[in-house]
Amino acid sequence: MTEQTKKIEVVNTTKIFGKNSRRAAQLLNEGKSKSEILKSTGATVGVKNATFEVYDGEIFVIMGLSGSGKSTLVRMLNRLIDPTMGSVRIDGEDIVSMNKEQLRQVRRKKIGMVFQNFALFPHKTILQNTEYGLEIQGVAKAERNAKAIESLRLVGLAGYEEQYPSQLSGGMQQRVGLARALANDPDVLLMDEAFSALDPLIRKDMQDELLQLHHDMGKTIIFITHDLDEALRIGDRIALMKDGDIVQIGTPEEILMSPSNKYVERFVEDVDLSKVLTAGHIMKKADMVQIDRGARVALRLMKRQGISSIYVVDKGNRLLGAVTAQDASEATTSGKTLADVLVTDIPTTSPDTVLTDLFDTVSTTTIPVAVVNEEHHLQGIIIRGALIGALAGDGQFINSDRTVDTTVDTEQLMEVEVNNHG
Amino acid sequence: MDNLLPRLPFASWIDNGVDWLVSNFGSVFDGISAFLKGIVEGAVDWMDMVPSIVLAILFALLAWFVSTRRIALFTLVGLLFIDYLGYWYSMLQMLSLVITSVVIALVIGIPLGIWASQKSTAKKIISPILDLMQTMPAFVYLLPAIFFFNIGVVPGVVASVIFSMPPTIRLTMLGIEQVPKDLIEATEAFGSTTWQRLLKVQIPLAQPTIMAGVNQSIMLSLSMVVIASMVGAPGLGEEVYRAVTQLKTGVGFETGLSIVIVAIILDRITQHAGKKKQGGTIQ
Repeated sequence: MTEQTKKIEVVNTTKIFGKNSRRAAQLLNEGKSKSEILKSTGATVGVKNATFEVYDGEIFVIMGLSGSGKSTLVRMLNRLIDPTMGSVRIDGEDIVSMNKEQLRQVRRKKIGMVFQNFALFPHKTILQNTEYGLEIQGVAKAERNAKAIESLRLVGLAGYEEQYPSQLSGGMQQRVGLARALANDPDVLLMDEAFSALDPLIRKDMQDELLQLHHDMGKTIIFITHDLDEALRIGDRIALMKDGDIVQIGTPEEILMSPSNKYVERFVEDVDLSKVLTAGHIMKKADMVQIDRGARVALRLMKRQGISSIYVVDKGNRLLGAVTAQDASEATTSGKTLADVLVTDIPTTSPDTVLTDLFDTVSTTTIPVAVVNEEHHLQGIIIRGALIGALAGDGQFINSDRTVDTTVDTEQLMEVEVNNHG
Repeated sequence: MDNLLPRLPFASWIDNGVDWLVSNFGSVFDGISAFLKGIVEGAVDWMDMVPSIVLAILFALLAWFVSTRRIALFTLVGLLFIDYLGYWYSMLQMLSLVITSVVIALVIGIPLGIWASQKSTAKKIISPILDLMQTMPAFVYLLPAIFFFNIGVVPGVVASVIFSMPPTIRLTMLGIEQVPKDLIEATEAFGSTTWQRLLKVQIPLAQPTIMAGVNQSIMLSLSMVVIASMVGAPGLGEEVYRAVTQLKTGVGFETGLSIVIVAIILDRITQHAGKKKQGGTIQ
């Protein structure tokens, strides 16, 4: 995620609705507020001077309450609404200056859109709905059928091809909406409050599936929502809007931990941190010892750090287990190896586990919970104090990039070994 | 008042205009007249070649195909009843006039409606003309129609077309405008051309409303047949007109009833044709 190419660049884009848009734009440049402009010209400022970038492959959430301009902003990205001023570049091409035909090609090839109330065509079957984007491009019937069926399979709707939208539940209809957008294989997906019309349980399922699809397909997704929990859950970065202004852009942690102003602060104050923060956010650097170093080294390390147990890893930094100070001490006297006294029944979790799901593990264990990734590499540990500190909203307990230094401190190790031999 | 404003001679302007058109474009009107007459009378001759019972069954089958069995049965019984009363040929003449004028009204009206739904200026021009067409008493444009097209079935067709076209235009316009905004956005967002948007989404979704307009046009055209008979259009309307002028109440009732039967058949068939197509679950 560090090498990022800009997929979409929005520069100083403004939308003013109403007749006196030129006069209103002038007032806007003079720094007048939305309500002052409405009073003196009768024009409504939808979005003012929006500037942001969306990186290739990220989920960028635009969030705000109704009337904040988020739907207008997303519609300017494919020019369903023409910006009054400013530019919108997709892959470096300014779509604002494109003619109708160029714009049509961008809409057909690069940008798919999913709508709040699904916007399925009621007179077409699910299959016909899904292949609509391909049909209007003149793709041959067999080919577009195949692509549409594949797209429906991706969203879990295989077998519903011949049904009509009205025969499906809301959640299923929105899957069709998603399949229709995916069938064109666009680089960018615009999702305008795509899950807002669904009930909470189905919404959560859809969020999970979207994250999974995003993980598998790597599309750039721009997601509009008024629901902060949803934004925090799926967004790599979030832009928060108020009255047509973007008030803050940042990762979910940045928005939560360092709100840029009072408005954002008030917005996020009721967030349940335990559902947003993950093990990765609160883990500390782990003390560990490689298994072939022996019990004596492990014991020394524990003494030095003042801890009663230590994690044992192999040469590839894969977690093998833990030893307690007592076992290590016994091993040194009886000549056993570390492997002989290794405790393998230890609590582990993945960096993506949210804190709510950690409470149980943390409360019952006597040694810190090990955070391991998919390859079973030890990433860090979770201690109770950090968990409680993070829940209290204390920023010093939170790693915003969700990593801690995991390299074994070789210098320290050398020192221990020297002492050991001496 | 009389002294303040000079009386402008509107009436003589219009008379002069009509005279000018007749003297300069007489051959054009003659051509149109011959063409329409050929169609209407040809259709009557063609339908009259088929025995009445066979034609009644064919119409019943058509009714069954586009609507319900009940309506098919009513069609069969109703048409045979008209035949029994002895107005079969008059009925065919009327039907031919109605169908011809409705087809012309649709061929002109539906494209106009679509155009007006796309361009707000077109709508602003067309709307007041529609108001004029619908409210101007039909007798008023029967007169110039006689000058242009002579006495007979053709001025009747022309008057029917003018009188019956507005609902088709209006409801086509309305149906297309009523397609939900987010569906339009969806077609746009996927890169549809204007024609693709119209043909694949807007017109299919507007179809029930457009069919309601077609239905209205047919009904209005039927209501014109008696008036058209005053300028010499043959058919059931002519029978009604004659019965009224000769104070034959019984005959008037019989012919009037025959018109009602045809009206019910056409109404029910076109109403159902609008509803039936939509994928099973949509009303």
